[in-house]
Amino acid sequence: MEIHARILFDGSAEADVMRLGAPLSFWGGFDPLSGIILDNNHPQKGQSLKGRILVMPATRGSGGTPGGVAEAIRNGSGPVAVIMGEGDVNVMVGAAVAQQLYGLTCPILEVSGADYDAVAAARHLRIREGGIIDIEF
Amino acid sequence: MSDPAIELNEDCKSMLAGGKGPATRFAMQLVLRAAQVTGAARLVPVTFAHIDACFYAGQAHVDFARFMLDGGATFAVPAWTNNGLVSLVNTEARDPETEMARGARELMQLYAALGCKTVWTCAPYQLPGRPKAGDHIVVGESNAVSFYNAVVGARTNKYGDYLDVACAVTGYAPFYGLHTDEGRKATILFDTSAIPEDLKRQDIYFHLLGTVIGQRAGHAVPAIDQLGPGTGEDALKAISAAAAAAGGVEHWHGIGRTPEAPDLQTAFGGHSPQRVETITLNDLAGARRQLTSSSDGPVTMVALGTPHFSFTEFAALTPMIAGRKVKSGVKLSISTSRHVRDLAIEKGWIPQLEAAGAEIMVDTCSYFSPAIRGCKGRVMTNAAKWAWYAPGQLSVEVCFGSLLECAETAVRGEVWRDPQLWQGLD
Repeated sequence: MEIHARILFDGSAEADVMRLGAPLSFWGGFDPLSGIILDNNHPQKGQSLKGRILVMPATRGSGGTPGGVAEAIRNGSGPVAVIMGEGDVNVMVGAAVAQQLYGLTCPILEVSGADYDAVAAARHLRIREGGIIDIEF
Repeated sequence: MSDPAIELNEDCKSMLAGGKGPATRFAMQLVLRAAQVTGAARLVPVTFAHIDACFYAGQAHVDFARFMLDGGATFAVPAWTNNGLVSLVNTEARDPETEMARGARELMQLYAALGCKTVWTCAPYQLPGRPKAGDHIVVGESNAVSFYNAVVGARTNKYGDYLDVACAVTGYAPFYGLHTDEGRKATILFDTSAIPEDLKRQDIYFHLLGTVIGQRAGHAVPAIDQLGPGTGEDALKAISAAAAAAGGVEHWHGIGRTPEAPDLQTAFGGHSPQRVETITLNDLAGARRQLTSSSDGPVTMVALGTPHFSFTEFAALTPMIAGRKVKSGVKLSISTSRHVRDLAIEKGWIPQLEAAGAEIMVDTCSYFSPAIRGCKGRVMTNAAKWAWYAPGQLSVEVCFGSLLECAETAVRGEVWRDPQLWQGLD
């Protein structure tokens, strides 16, 4: 099955999925050195995003988000791609800056409705350039 | 799926083609991509920026600033700095020499080299050279976003790190949200007519009001009725900071007080409020309880100046403290900008406060600075924003109070409550 996502930042990735039940703040709620969720109020506190394709409904907005995202990509501790139900400009900025500075690409995509449910139900995903997400390939 | 193309003028096209070097090209790419992601129809020229990316959050921040500098970027508009993570004054005495402190200093030096005006303050609106009403500007610091929009009438969204720099370098921002007329109209009305006039003259009122409104308004644009025409800028700062911290309010209206709200009709753009809410004394007392995580008792610190202490706040505080002594073992920390500190020195206030044992802190933020991080125990503050964030950032319990309560507490060494302030209400 193939899903066409809205591209916030283009790229490719393939990995197991880390699906979050609640929005995450990349600044304050997340440790960019270890890739672990710190937010005491987050249902998945203590879990690591490292090397995973992160699927979440939204991010909790913060002006510090780009720094958290770029720092995690720099450290190799963050997700290898982010798929959000509701796109966020700050996550895109973090990914764009990380690619410019470090040559590391972390695609950022937005999908909604039934497509989001399908992506969120998958255990493993492949993302191709152009915003194409393969499920059960 | 691709987003619709955005039309660019020759200036922008030239930057995108690399005419002003690789760093400016990247900045233009970033602004353009941000416009596509946010659904902006076009870019808008900006006249001023307050840069938040100078506040250290890791090596990527340093690498980004270095990339901009090495790539030949300069600012197209005046770009003032937010506070840094550390103070550049008396750093040896105040900051443990950590990788974080070193990185923070390097980052601040990079933004100075890039051409920022190094005001190092989260309350840049207290300095001369304010943008005008209607100006499009770029601001990231949440209290300043709220103050510039509401009180100054300049127009900014809440810019995240790096995008603030990219907009200031290119001189353009995505035209959406609070840059547009439509995005600035109020939708929720808060009626404060049930609050006694006496309380409306107290500094603590505005911190509590902002906290209540922030929580109820979330990200909407609220309007406050019956604010009172005499409400000064310290009060408006308190509302701005508290509503931004407690809820994420980026713009608000004070009916009859703020530039875009001469009356209800104008503030709501001719529409009716979607919701009208009454603020009660119980709401304010509830906010006071929320902002207090500790019982009364001995304190280790009194923290003032979040956002940075103003000239008029120094004027109010000095007679409360001058000629007295801060209790031994208690730190009275007042966080401000160099500019306001220098004005307060000229008035003779700072020497009087320092003689009493107060510590004046410049350039930085009193709940992130390494100089404060080791602080433990019970802390009293008059700032709703400090009370809201500090328990998550530091190993402290917080008592929230008025400026007078804070000053008395610093001298007595334990929490003092003003019997006049909350008569008949707990």
